[in-house]
Amino acid sequence: MNSQYFVNLLIIAISAAFINNVVLSQFLGICSFLGISNKIKTASGMGFAVIFVITLSSIICSLIYDFILLPMDLEYLKTIVFIIIIAALVQLVEMVIKKYSPALYDALGVYLPLITTNCAVLGVALINVENGFDIVESIVNGFATAAGFLVAIVVLAGIRERMEHNDITVSFRGFPITLVTATLMAMAFYGFAGLV
Amino acid sequence: MSKYFERLSNGLFKENPIFILMLGMCPTLAVTTSATNAIGMGLSTTVVLLASNVIIAALRKFIPDKVRMPYYIVVVASVVTIVELLLKAYFPSINESLGIYIPLIVVNCIIFGRVEAYAAKNSVGLSLFDGIGMGLGFTMALVLIGSFRELLGAGTVFGLQVMPNSFEPISIFVQAPGAFLVVAMLTALQNKLKLPSATNGSGKKSALSCGGDCANCNEDTYTAYHEGDKNNEAKGKGE
Repeated sequence: MNSQYFVNLLIIAISAAFINNVVLSQFLGICSFLGISNKIKTASGMGFAVIFVITLSSIICSLIYDFILLPMDLEYLKTIVFIIIIAALVQLVEMVIKKYSPALYDALGVYLPLITTNCAVLGVALINVENGFDIVESIVNGFATAAGFLVAIVVLAGIRERMEHNDITVSFRGFPITLVTATLMAMAFYGFAGLV
Repeated sequence: MSKYFERLSNGLFKENPIFILMLGMCPTLAVTTSATNAIGMGLSTTVVLLASNVIIAALRKFIPDKVRMPYYIVVVASVVTIVELLLKAYFPSINESLGIYIPLIVVNCIIFGRVEAYAAKNSVGLSLFDGIGMGLGFTMALVLIGSFRELLGAGTVFGLQVMPNSFEPISIFVQAPGAFLVVAMLTALQNKLKLPSATNGSGKKSALSCGGDCANCNEDTYTAYHEGDKNNEAKGKGE
């Protein structure tokens, strides 16, 4: 544990959240990014639920990979194992917070079932393994990736709320203009490219 | 025989997963940086789709309805792992350039969509042709988008120089923002020409329980879908 290690963690966090933003440059979780970005309130709810689930699944997937799959030479099963863990985890989290924290369930509950099929969750678990991250690095990477998702979806929702009363060409109304907005956001995030 | 042919043309044209149903947006945006990547991704997905369709169709009478989702997940994930290992062994360069998008075929909604909506209810033969049709429709759409982006962004198609030397490549088209821009223009064009597409509500909705229209999905559709689930559960208990 020296300062070098913390600098390394900081680099992982910044590149996961901004430089390789999960939606705007890696195209993971596009469905919820485009679908649930009508209002800032719902967008931020979805964003926080994603942070919660991705951080938790990063911890569990990397524990299972390091302590079960690697010692038993079963790395090739990672896709199957991870998707099952994620599907089960989301169900479990939903049940647990429904029972113990109704307030949290009201805030995040609706979004939890959607997250199983959000490819960002499986994507982060696989990226952690591919880069050979240890457990602390995996947690930082997972949290930062999800935070990047939150930033992107809230910004998009903010812009869409403002655009609601604009006069947009008929052909571009709805889906196309949202994608054009995403184009401009992706260009803006491109500016982070030389940061690390 | 015409039944089988109908499945092929259905996947290629009438219910094309990308142009009409707007399913699987993530790979559509991510791997269309070149025509070669697009065809690699398209064919891998086709293999996964037809293999999981055939397996699920063959097992459809043995899978209990209540736990069907875990079954599907395991079957699809196993097929994806096999495809990934085959690519690693025989086409390492494609595997390298597609990276984590190959294992992510598991969460591609086209696969679950077809397995749930078609293979779980139809014979093995029909499901096989449905998988081939949908897979080729997906491949065709990816290759068209990929060729377009590669042509403008690098002046080549499948790595071959097409544009004259005086053409200055517009490199933004092969970078991340270009992906959003091309799909934005595509859907705007579909709206303009009043072509069927899920994004303007005129396209055929997929038979998925949630409508399958990822691009237009919002909280209400999700909630409605989820409420439906709970009602079914309640009914199940009532019986």
